[in-house]
Amino acid sequence: MLELFTSLFLLIGGVFALIGSIGLARLPDLFTRLHGPTKATTLGVGGILIASMLHFGGQGNGLSVHELLVTLFLFTTAPVSAYLVARTMLHLSGKSVDTGTGRQGISDKETS
Amino acid sequence: MNRWLPQPLLSLCLWLVWLLLANSAAPGQILLGGMLAVALPLGTKRFWPDRPHVRRPLRLLVYFSVLLWDIVVANLTVARLILGPVRRLRPAFIRLPLDLTDEFAIVVLAHTLSLTPGTVSADLSIDRRTLLIHVLDLDDEAMLIARMKQRYEVPLKEIFAC
Repeated sequence: MLELFTSLFLLIGGVFALIGSIGLARLPDLFTRLHGPTKATTLGVGGILIASMLHFGGQGNGLSVHELLVTLFLFTTAPVSAYLVARTMLHLSGKSVDTGTGRQGISDKETS
Repeated sequence: MNRWLPQPLLSLCLWLVWLLLANSAAPGQILLGGMLAVALPLGTKRFWPDRPHVRRPLRLLVYFSVLLWDIVVANLTVARLILGPVRRLRPAFIRLPLDLTDEFAIVVLAHTLSLTPGTVSADLSIDRRTLLIHVLDLDDEAMLIARMKQRYEVPLKEIFAC
């Protein structure tokens, strides 16, 4: 029974990690690609960690909780790296928050 | 209290993280973690010129549970967007005017927005009043801004009292 749940969560995690990677390949530009790794992969890793907690918790050595820390670190570091990449891209193109925004995005508004 | 525990919340977090790392609640680990939780904030006091003023720690817990749920929803939303027709996405930058003044609160807000549906925070203006956000599929800018402000900024404002 426990193995069933472990496999289920492993599958869920794997599927979401895969979706995140597909996003990286399919999405058109750098900024949209940032959305894949900050979101779809968090649930992917989350699923795998839940599976790990179930698996090692079920071996009779008491509850296994340090997987929670991985989640915590992931949630604090993923946005930082996304922010750094986005900001580098903005600076490389010479734009910042003080230039235009809107549906067309910064670059389009700048050129028009 | 204040002399030995300049930052009670940081100490509590350090202690919990230590226990999680050790993966046990044996008395020795509790004591060692406690010692570290006191020593580390004291040793790094200089790096925290103005510590975050958390007025309502309990509300912070509520906030994080809402956030956890939103992250799961966000994953499903983004997965759907990624697997759907990519050409129909309407990516855009929007600017979120900030009411928060506390730096730490802004960091928490920026993190939150990066982890929730279809938005990634990309830049903060020099005067710290505006957050630049990239949206994967923009539908209604005014509604999105109102939603972000209502769901995340208002509670953060209460928690950090700024």
